[in-house]
Amino acid sequence: MACLNPDGSLSSSARELLKLASEPLSPEEISAELATPLFKVRASLREMLAAGLVEERQAGYQATEEGLARVGGVVA
Amino acid sequence: MDMDSLVEATIAPRLPRIGEPAPQFEAPTTHGTLRLEDFQGSWVVLFSHPADFTPVCTTEFIGFAKAQPKLKELNTELLGLSIDSVYSHISWVRNVEEKMGIKIEFPVIADLNKEVASLYGMIMPGESKTETSRCVFIIDGDQMLRAMIYYPLTTGRNIDEIIRLIKALQTSDEYGVATPANWQPGDRVIIPPPQTQEAAEERVETEGVECKDWYFCTKELPEAK
Repeated sequence: MACLNPDGSLSSSARELLKLASEPLSPEEISAELATPLFKVRASLREMLAAGLVEERQAGYQATEEGLARVGGVVA
Repeated sequence: MDMDSLVEATIAPRLPRIGEPAPQFEAPTTHGTLRLEDFQGSWVVLFSHPADFTPVCTTEFIGFAKAQPKLKELNTELLGLSIDSVYSHISWVRNVEEKMGIKIEFPVIADLNKEVASLYGMIMPGESKTETSRCVFIIDGDQMLRAMIYYPLTTGRNIDEIIRLIKALQTSDEYGVATPANWQPGDRVIIPPPQTQEAAEERVETEGVECKDWYFCTKELPEAK
Protein backbone atom coordinates (compact mmCIF):
# COMPACT_ATOMS: atom_id res chain seq x y z
CA MET A 1 0.00 0.00 0.00
CA ALA A 2 2.68 2.44 -0.98
CA CYS A 3 1.03 5.85 -0.92
CA LEU A 4 3.22 7.93 -3.13
CA ASN A 5 4.09 6.87 -6.66
CA PRO A 6 7.60 7.63 -7.97
CA ASP A 7 6.20 10.61 -9.89
CA GLY A 8 4.81 12.07 -6.66
CA SER A 9 1.18 11.24 -7.45
CA LEU A 10 -0.98 9.43 -4.91
CA SER A 11 -1.83 5.75 -5.23
CA SER A 12 -5.53 4.93 -5.41
CA SER A 13 -5.41 3.37 -1.93
CA ALA A 14 -3.80 6.55 -0.58
CA ARG A 15 -6.55 8.63 -2.12
CA GLU A 16 -9.19 6.43 -0.49
CA LEU A 17 -7.48 6.74 2.87
CA LEU A 18 -7.17 10.52 2.65
CA LYS A 19 -10.82 10.95 1.70
CA LEU A 20 -11.83 8.80 4.64
CA ALA A 21 -9.57 10.66 7.06
CA SER A 22 -11.32 14.01 6.72
CA GLU A 23 -12.32 13.26 10.32
CA PRO A 24 -9.84 11.82 12.85
CA LEU A 25 -9.81 8.02 12.77
CA SER A 26 -7.76 5.34 14.46
CA PRO A 27 -5.75 2.90 12.30
CA GLU A 28 -8.19 0.18 13.39
CA GLU A 29 -11.17 2.24 12.21
CA ILE A 30 -9.49 2.97 8.88
CA SER A 31 -8.65 -0.70 8.48
CA ALA A 32 -12.28 -1.69 9.08
CA GLU A 33 -13.72 1.03 6.83
CA LEU A 34 -11.42 0.27 3.91
CA ALA A 35 -11.38 -3.51 4.48
CA THR A 36 -7.60 -3.27 4.38
CA PRO A 37 -5.24 -5.17 6.68
CA LEU A 38 -4.14 -3.15 9.67
CA PHE A 39 -0.44 -3.56 8.84
CA LYS A 40 -0.99 -1.84 5.50
CA VAL A 41 -2.87 1.02 7.12
CA ARG A 42 -0.11 1.54 9.67
CA ALA A 43 2.56 1.57 6.95
CA SER A 44 0.52 4.00 4.86
CA LEU A 45 -0.09 6.36 7.75
CA ARG A 46 3.63 6.41 8.50
CA GLU A 47 4.39 7.31 4.90
CA MET A 48 1.66 9.95 4.80
CA LEU A 49 2.80 11.46 8.08
CA ALA A 50 6.30 11.85 6.66
CA ALA A 51 4.84 13.44 3.53
CA GLY A 52 2.71 15.84 5.55
CA LEU A 53 -0.53 14.44 4.16
CA VAL A 54 -1.94 13.36 7.52
CA GLU A 55 -1.35 14.43 11.08
CA GLU A 56 -1.72 12.58 14.32
CA ARG A 57 -4.28 14.00 16.71
CA GLN A 58 -5.56 12.78 20.04
CA ALA A 59 -8.61 11.25 18.40
CA GLY A 60 -6.64 9.59 15.62
CA TYR A 61 -5.18 10.38 12.23
CA GLN A 62 -6.64 13.16 10.12
CA ALA A 63 -5.83 14.42 6.65
CA THR A 64 -3.99 17.74 6.60
CA GLU A 65 -5.08 20.64 4.41
CA GLU A 66 -2.49 19.54 1.90
CA GLY A 67 -3.71 15.95 2.07
CA LEU A 68 -7.32 16.97 1.48
CA ALA A 69 -6.34 19.33 -1.28
CA ARG A 70 -4.57 16.46 -3.05
CA VAL A 71 -7.84 14.54 -3.23
CA GLY A 72 -10.01 17.54 -4.00
CA GLY A 73 -11.56 17.54 -0.55
CA VAL A 74 -12.91 20.49 1.36
CA VAL A 75 -10.83 21.70 4.24
CA ALA A 76 -13.02 21.76 7.34
CA MET B 1 37.84 -25.15 11.54
CA ASP B 2 39.78 -22.98 9.07
CA MET B 3 40.43 -19.29 9.72
CA ASP B 4 37.61 -18.07 7.43
CA SER B 5 35.09 -20.29 9.17
CA LEU B 6 36.39 -19.23 12.56
CA VAL B 7 36.04 -15.54 11.68
CA GLU B 8 32.58 -16.13 10.21
CA ALA B 9 31.48 -18.02 13.33
CA THR B 10 32.88 -15.31 15.58
CA ILE B 11 31.22 -12.36 13.87
CA ALA B 12 28.01 -14.10 12.81
CA PRO B 13 24.98 -12.41 14.35
CA ARG B 14 23.10 -14.35 16.98
CA LEU B 15 20.19 -16.08 15.36
CA PRO B 16 16.65 -15.69 16.66
CA ARG B 17 15.39 -18.23 19.15
CA ILE B 18 11.97 -19.45 20.16
CA GLY B 19 10.54 -17.49 23.06
CA GLU B 20 12.49 -14.33 22.31
CA PRO B 21 11.32 -11.11 20.61
CA ALA B 22 11.35 -11.44 16.83
CA PRO B 23 14.10 -9.26 15.32
CA GLN B 24 12.62 -5.99 14.09
CA PHE B 25 13.19 -4.78 10.54
CA GLU B 26 12.02 -2.35 7.90
CA ALA B 27 12.06 -3.64 4.34
CA PRO B 28 10.80 -2.88 0.85
CA THR B 29 7.96 -5.18 -0.17
CA THR B 30 5.44 -5.59 -2.95
CA HIS B 31 3.09 -3.57 -0.71
CA GLY B 32 5.52 -0.73 -0.05
CA THR B 33 7.91 -0.32 2.85
CA LEU B 34 6.80 -2.40 5.82
CA ARG B 35 8.11 -2.84 9.33
CA LEU B 36 7.58 -5.90 11.46
CA GLU B 37 6.02 -3.61 14.07
CA ASP B 38 3.24 -2.82 11.57
CA PHE B 39 1.94 -6.34 12.28
CA GLN B 40 1.68 -5.82 16.04
CA GLY B 41 -1.47 -7.54 17.32
CA SER B 42 -1.59 -10.06 14.48
CA TRP B 43 0.27 -13.32 14.20
CA VAL B 44 2.71 -13.42 11.30
CA VAL B 45 4.02 -16.24 9.13
CA LEU B 46 7.32 -14.82 7.89
CA PHE B 47 8.59 -17.23 5.25
CA SER B 48 11.44 -17.22 2.79
CA HIS B 49 11.76 -18.91 -0.57
CA PRO B 50 14.90 -19.43 -2.67
CA ALA B 51 13.98 -17.43 -5.75
CA ASP B 52 11.16 -16.05 -7.86
CA PHE B 53 10.16 -17.91 -11.04
CA THR B 54 11.12 -21.30 -9.69
CA PRO B 55 8.66 -24.21 -9.68
CA VAL B 56 8.72 -25.42 -6.08
CA CYS B 57 8.41 -21.83 -4.81
CA THR B 58 5.49 -21.27 -7.16
CA THR B 59 3.65 -24.26 -5.71
CA GLU B 60 4.32 -22.94 -2.22
CA PHE B 61 3.07 -19.46 -3.06
CA ILE B 62 -0.10 -20.99 -4.47
CA GLY B 63 -0.45 -23.06 -1.30
CA PHE B 64 0.03 -20.04 0.94
CA ALA B 65 -2.39 -17.95 -1.12
CA LYS B 66 -5.05 -20.66 -0.86
CA ALA B 67 -4.45 -20.89 2.89
CA GLN B 68 -4.79 -17.15 3.43
CA PRO B 69 -8.53 -17.19 4.32
CA LYS B 70 -7.91 -19.86 6.98
CA LEU B 71 -4.96 -17.89 8.30
CA LYS B 72 -7.05 -14.71 8.48
CA GLU B 73 -9.49 -16.61 10.71
CA LEU B 74 -6.51 -17.25 12.98
CA ASN B 75 -5.63 -13.53 13.00
CA THR B 76 -2.52 -14.39 11.01
CA GLU B 77 -0.85 -12.49 8.18
CA LEU B 78 1.57 -13.84 5.60
CA LEU B 79 4.86 -12.13 4.75
CA GLY B 80 7.11 -13.70 2.10
CA LEU B 81 10.77 -13.00 1.41
CA SER B 82 13.49 -13.78 -1.07
CA ILE B 83 16.72 -12.22 -2.26
CA ASP B 84 15.10 -10.76 -5.36
CA SER B 85 14.12 -7.25 -6.41
CA VAL B 86 10.65 -5.86 -5.91
CA TYR B 87 10.32 -5.75 -9.71
CA SER B 88 11.04 -9.47 -9.91
CA HIS B 89 8.48 -10.13 -7.17
CA ILE B 90 5.83 -8.03 -8.94
CA SER B 91 6.52 -9.77 -12.23
CA TRP B 92 6.37 -13.22 -10.63
CA VAL B 93 3.15 -12.69 -8.67
CA ARG B 94 1.54 -11.29 -11.82
CA ASN B 95 2.76 -14.36 -13.71
CA VAL B 96 1.31 -16.69 -11.06
CA GLU B 97 -2.04 -14.95 -11.39
CA GLU B 98 -1.94 -15.03 -15.18
CA LYS B 99 -0.73 -18.62 -15.60
CA MET B 100 -2.10 -20.32 -12.49
CA GLY B 101 -5.17 -18.19 -11.78
CA ILE B 102 -4.12 -17.50 -8.20
CA LYS B 103 -3.83 -13.94 -6.90
CA ILE B 104 -1.03 -13.41 -4.40
CA GLU B 105 -2.41 -10.89 -1.93
CA PHE B 106 0.24 -11.02 0.78
CA PRO B 107 3.35 -8.81 0.72
CA VAL B 108 6.73 -10.18 -0.33
CA ILE B 109 9.95 -8.65 0.99
CA ALA B 110 12.57 -7.77 -1.62
CA ASP B 111 15.65 -8.54 0.47
CA LEU B 112 18.34 -7.73 -2.09
CA ASN B 113 20.81 -6.62 0.58
CA LYS B 114 20.09 -9.80 2.62
CA GLU B 115 19.44 -7.75 5.74
CA VAL B 116 16.34 -9.59 6.90
CA ALA B 117 17.66 -12.95 5.69
CA SER B 118 20.81 -12.46 7.75
CA LEU B 119 18.86 -11.25 10.77
CA TYR B 120 16.77 -14.42 10.76
CA GLY B 121 19.45 -16.88 9.60
CA MET B 122 17.59 -17.77 6.41
CA ILE B 123 20.68 -18.43 4.32
CA MET B 124 22.25 -21.87 4.62
CA PRO B 125 25.67 -21.50 2.97
CA GLY B 126 26.05 -25.27 2.72
CA GLU B 127 23.14 -25.24 0.27
CA SER B 128 23.42 -21.81 -1.32
CA LYS B 129 25.15 -18.57 -0.45
CA THR B 130 22.87 -16.51 -2.67
CA GLU B 131 19.42 -17.89 -1.92
CA THR B 132 17.31 -18.20 1.20
CA SER B 133 16.23 -21.66 2.27
CA ARG B 134 12.57 -22.47 2.90
CA CYS B 135 12.30 -20.99 6.38
CA VAL B 136 9.15 -20.29 8.33
CA PHE B 137 9.00 -18.08 11.42
CA ILE B 138 5.78 -17.99 13.41
CA ILE B 139 5.54 -14.66 15.25
CA ASP B 140 2.71 -13.95 17.67
CA GLY B 141 0.72 -10.76 18.23
CA ASP B 142 3.22 -9.58 20.83
CA GLN B 143 5.98 -10.01 18.22
CA MET B 144 7.51 -12.97 20.04
CA LEU B 145 9.06 -15.73 17.98
CA ARG B 146 6.98 -18.82 18.70
CA ALA B 147 8.18 -21.46 16.22
CA MET B 148 10.62 -21.99 13.37
CA ILE B 149 10.66 -24.49 10.51
CA TYR B 150 13.54 -24.94 8.07
CA TYR B 151 13.24 -26.90 4.83
CA PRO B 152 15.94 -27.37 2.18
CA LEU B 153 15.80 -25.94 -1.33
CA THR B 154 14.52 -29.17 -2.86
CA THR B 155 11.48 -29.71 -0.67
CA GLY B 156 8.23 -27.78 -0.64
CA ARG B 157 6.63 -27.07 2.70
CA ASN B 158 3.44 -28.56 4.11
CA ILE B 159 1.13 -25.56 4.44
CA ASP B 160 -1.46 -27.56 6.42
CA GLU B 161 1.21 -28.26 9.04
CA ILE B 162 1.89 -24.54 9.38
CA ILE B 163 -1.82 -23.91 9.96
CA ARG B 164 -1.95 -26.80 12.45
CA LEU B 165 1.07 -25.38 14.27
CA ILE B 166 -0.54 -21.95 14.64
CA LYS B 167 -3.78 -23.51 15.89
CA ALA B 168 -1.81 -25.56 18.41
CA LEU B 169 0.13 -22.54 19.67
CA GLN B 170 -3.01 -20.45 19.99
CA THR B 171 -4.76 -23.32 21.80
CA SER B 172 -1.85 -23.59 24.23
CA ASP B 173 -2.03 -19.85 24.88
CA GLU B 174 -5.77 -19.84 25.43
CA TYR B 175 -6.10 -22.90 27.65
CA GLY B 176 -2.66 -23.29 29.24
CA VAL B 177 -2.25 -26.77 27.80
CA ALA B 178 0.16 -28.62 25.53
CA THR B 179 -0.70 -30.58 22.40
CA PRO B 180 0.41 -34.13 21.68
CA ALA B 181 1.99 -35.53 18.52
CA ASN B 182 -0.20 -35.17 15.44
CA TRP B 183 -2.73 -33.14 17.41
CA GLN B 184 -5.61 -31.69 15.44
CA PRO B 185 -8.25 -29.24 16.69
CA GLY B 186 -10.91 -31.22 18.58
CA ASP B 187 -8.42 -33.81 19.84
CA ARG B 188 -7.68 -34.19 23.53
CA VAL B 189 -4.95 -31.93 24.89
CA ILE B 190 -2.24 -32.57 27.45
CA ILE B 191 -2.36 -30.97 30.87
CA PRO B 192 1.10 -29.81 31.96
CA PRO B 193 2.62 -32.20 34.55
CA PRO B 194 1.88 -31.24 38.16
CA GLN B 195 4.68 -29.63 40.10
CA THR B 196 3.86 -31.05 43.54
CA GLN B 197 2.83 -34.39 44.99
CA GLU B 198 -0.43 -32.85 46.22
CA ALA B 199 -1.23 -31.58 42.73
CA ALA B 200 -0.40 -34.99 41.29
CA GLU B 201 -2.82 -36.71 43.67
CA GLU B 202 -5.57 -34.19 42.94
CA ARG B 203 -4.95 -34.41 39.22
CA VAL B 204 -5.82 -38.09 38.89
CA GLU B 205 -9.09 -37.50 40.76
CA THR B 206 -10.24 -34.53 38.66
CA GLU B 207 -13.41 -35.10 36.69
CA GLY B 208 -12.95 -35.02 32.92
CA VAL B 209 -9.22 -35.60 33.20
CA GLU B 210 -7.95 -38.90 31.87
CA CYS B 211 -4.61 -40.00 33.29
CA LYS B 212 -2.43 -42.86 32.10
CA ASP B 213 -0.29 -41.98 35.06
CA TRP B 214 0.10 -38.86 37.21
CA TYR B 215 2.40 -37.16 34.67
CA PHE B 216 0.41 -38.06 31.55
CA CYS B 217 -3.06 -36.56 31.74
CA THR B 218 -5.31 -35.36 28.94
CA LYS B 219 -8.65 -33.60 28.71
CA GLU B 220 -11.11 -32.34 26.15
CA LEU B 221 -11.40 -28.64 25.51
CA PRO B 222 -14.84 -27.05 25.99
CA GLU B 223 -15.61 -26.45 22.31
CA ALA B 224 -14.61 -30.00 21.40
CA LYS B 225 -17.43 -31.43 23.53
